[in-house]
Amino acid sequence: MIHFARLYDTLDTSASTTASVDALVDYFQKASQSDSAWTIAFLIGRTPRQVISSRLLREWAAEEAAIPIWLFEESYQAVGDLAETVALLLPPPESRNLVDRPLSGWLENHLQVMAKMPEDQKKQALMQAWRSMTVAERFIWNKLLTGELRMKVSQKIVTQALNRLTGLDPSILAHRLLGEWVPTPFFFERLTHLESRETDLKQVYPFHSADILEDPVETLASPSNWSAEWKWDGIRSQLIHRNHQIHLWSNGDELITERFPEFQAVSEFLPEGTVIDGEILPWDFKSDQPMAFAELQKRIERKTITKKLLAEIPVLIMAYDLLEFQDIDIRHLPLIDRRAKLDSILQYQKGSRPIRFSQRLNFNSWADLGSLQSACRSQMAQGLMLKQIHSPYQVGGIRKAWRKWKVPPMTIDCVMTMAQPGSIGGQQATVYSDYTLAVWDKPGGSLVTVAKACTGLTDAEIKKIDAFVKKNTTERFGPVRAVKPVIVMRIEFDSIQHSPRHKSGIAIRSPRIIRICDDKSPEQAGTLSLLQQLPGIHSQNTILHQNQTSID
Amino acid sequence: MQPILQRTDKGFYCPPGDFYIDPYKPVDRAIITHAHADHARSGHRHYLTAADGFALLKHRMLASAQITPLPYAQSTNYHGVRISLHPAGHVLGSAQVRIEHKGQIAVITGDYKVEPDQTCAPFEPLNCHLIVSESTFALPIYQWQPQSILFDQINRWWATNQDQGLASVLMAYSLGKAQRLLAGIDPTIGPIYCHSAIEPINQIYRDSGIDLPQTLRATDPQRARSLVLAPPSALASPWMSRFRPFSTAFASGWMAVRSKRNRPSVDTGFVLSDHADWNGLISSIKASGAQEVWLTHGYSTALARYLREIGLDAKSVDTRFRDESSSAGHDPAGNPPDSIIPELKPAGEQ
Ligand SMILES: [Zn+2]
Ligand SMILES: [Zn+2]
Repeated sequence: MIHFARLYDTLDTSASTTASVDALVDYFQKASQSDSAWTIAFLIGRTPRQVISSRLLREWAAEEAAIPIWLFEESYQAVGDLAETVALLLPPPESRNLVDRPLSGWLENHLQVMAKMPEDQKKQALMQAWRSMTVAERFIWNKLLTGELRMKVSQKIVTQALNRLTGLDPSILAHRLLGEWVPTPFFFERLTHLESRETDLKQVYPFHSADILEDPVETLASPSNWSAEWKWDGIRSQLIHRNHQIHLWSNGDELITERFPEFQAVSEFLPEGTVIDGEILPWDFKSDQPMAFAELQKRIERKTITKKLLAEIPVLIMAYDLLEFQDIDIRHLPLIDRRAKLDSILQYQKGSRPIRFSQRLNFNSWADLGSLQSACRSQMAQGLMLKQIHSPYQVGGIRKAWRKWKVPPMTIDCVMTMAQPGSIGGQQATVYSDYTLAVWDKPGGSLVTVAKACTGLTDAEIKKIDAFVKKNTTERFGPVRAVKPVIVMRIEFDSIQHSPRHKSGIAIRSPRIIRICDDKSPEQAGTLSLLQQLPGIHSQNTILHQNQTSID
Repeated sequence: MQPILQRTDKGFYCPPGDFYIDPYKPVDRAIITHAHADHARSGHRHYLTAADGFALLKHRMLASAQITPLPYAQSTNYHGVRISLHPAGHVLGSAQVRIEHKGQIAVITGDYKVEPDQTCAPFEPLNCHLIVSESTFALPIYQWQPQSILFDQINRWWATNQDQGLASVLMAYSLGKAQRLLAGIDPTIGPIYCHSAIEPINQIYRDSGIDLPQTLRATDPQRARSLVLAPPSALASPWMSRFRPFSTAFASGWMAVRSKRNRPSVDTGFVLSDHADWNGLISSIKASGAQEVWLTHGYSTALARYLREIGLDAKSVDTRFRDESSSAGHDPAGNPPDSIIPELKPAGEQ
């Protein structure tokens, strides 16, 4: 609070606008965002409400100073300001604090708490606070207690200072100071960083999305008009390098820079004014292959990014496209030109190479491409991305200039072993609509859980299963019921990976139920070895349809 | 019975000894507590003052003034009244006057402070029946910080001004405060200039064996990084303009209060006083053991009431220590007259 008290003093005594603006800029540069937010609230006249009446303040101060109340009043006459009188006549602080305790802490942990206390507690808390404060701190504190903290500056001075700090137009700043807001670090961040200059620095382009290829690939006409790349399963992102700063946006419009500190290093070789469209992938640099998507989720979900986490789950960006080059928006250029520039920029990369150029796949005919497409699983890719080589990046948009040719999903038949009430909207809590599904660990062996699924069935089917569950419960585990393993369901999924965390040793990503196999007995359901042979588990070029055949 | 001390229109008078203490009208015999102008006036037939303060009083009085020095703790006798002088810790040679007659002891403190000061002998606590104490800063809002903190602040202010290419003009009373500042600041920071009202007094201090750093005359070069010591009255004078650009500060106990500190003519205030603060006053008055307390200067009525409430026979005594020469127009910090009078009149003019 000493830092703030000094600012208050400077503003209180300074005669010139320039000096006030200087003092504010200096203050904001040194203060935390929390302190800055509170200070702005005070500067524009938003003072916390009175916590203590001036009568009580006088009485308690006189008591703490061990002086009669008339002497307090004499002192007040000499000073002319209540908060200052109290600050001056209290006994000196019990200890000298070498470290300044922040303004926001006093407000949030003391003042706001005291406001809700009964009078006797309030008195104790107040005296405790006084005893730890210097005269300068007490003065500000008393002003806050009585709701009288006024600062002698116009809003114009405040916006001028913020303008010097951020480069934002004073009229924009003034506008942002209007309306309801709470003095939080978030508010200050928003006030000073989003949109305009700072925003421009972080400005992300709208992501160009692709349509799914449903018709046969031959309908796309000449193969020479198209380029193909692997379609990866990661987080689609834009990496932005502007004004010596790296920012990373996901296509969910989230700023995820801090989740992936390894990309800070690319500012060393990446030219200023560069925006790359690509996919963040968890990457096993030893085998030079992507890791399971679930690994990437850990990087997103963990609160702190530890060194250990960085080492366990390294990432790279598979770069697809270049949207900005040397500060110029080049989205209107043909794809091949943009990618040529992208390739050349990435040539300067050294060391761990956290950005990798997504190679164009070589093919002369649709038949060539078809065989590449069937190799997707072994590449751990979700399919192929087809792009017209002259297409701009969604400027005016040529319809269907980009196509996603997804690998057909894998399927397996499972036995339902458990059920629990659905957690998704619409379903009554008593309807069993979430199912635990298992396969045989070996033919004639025992059932091992491999998936949980809740989508894909009609309401009528769910009702039927619900009735079955209620009649065939064998055991209860809280809301979960174990049932007789008789119902067989077929699920489909796009990827399957090793997972030591699961008892089965595998993880199936987003399984969907296709149908209930009334025609099948549980003994006819799939086995673990069948799943273990699927591509993605081993990088063998297993043909899915063979497996399907055998399952059927 | 004849009182040992009474207040008259000429000042405090000792009837059995037939002498005055710090009288404000011409008298035959005057005992002078210290050389500040509201205590030491011209025109008396004979002066008695502490030996340490002799040269200062001589400097301020007319050349013809007849002054007898008396070393601290030694006594002299006027008509059977035993008189001795004891350090008051206010400025060089400042004394408390102890008078004793027929077993009655009175002490007139003059101005005093209890904090040590390397430019004068430390305040000596005395026992007495009647104490006449000053009460300039007799409100609990006046609590001084240790002077080491103040000197740190002043040194930092000076160094910061240097960084910004400014001279540092520090205003202080020319007798006492200026020398205390000189002795306490860090002279390695830069050159120090003193106003012509201050420099002769520095010389007297030096001649008395007080160690003061080297000071320059205003005509010497190198002003930019300097500290300039000047009386408040010099602020608006052309003498000051040669040091521009500069930042100004005032060192005084009155600087404790924002409204006094935040005057347009002064950039900064340092709360450094040569008077006792609230706690200093209370503790010395209590320690004297006196049952009767007379109070002069400043907030005397408040202190009197406070002391009465704790069982002492205390009263505020009207004096003229602060009546004359009170001219707010000359006062950059709006101070009560006592602290400012010494600066507003050239030495020895009365
Ligand atoms: Zn004095
Ligand atoms: Zn005086």
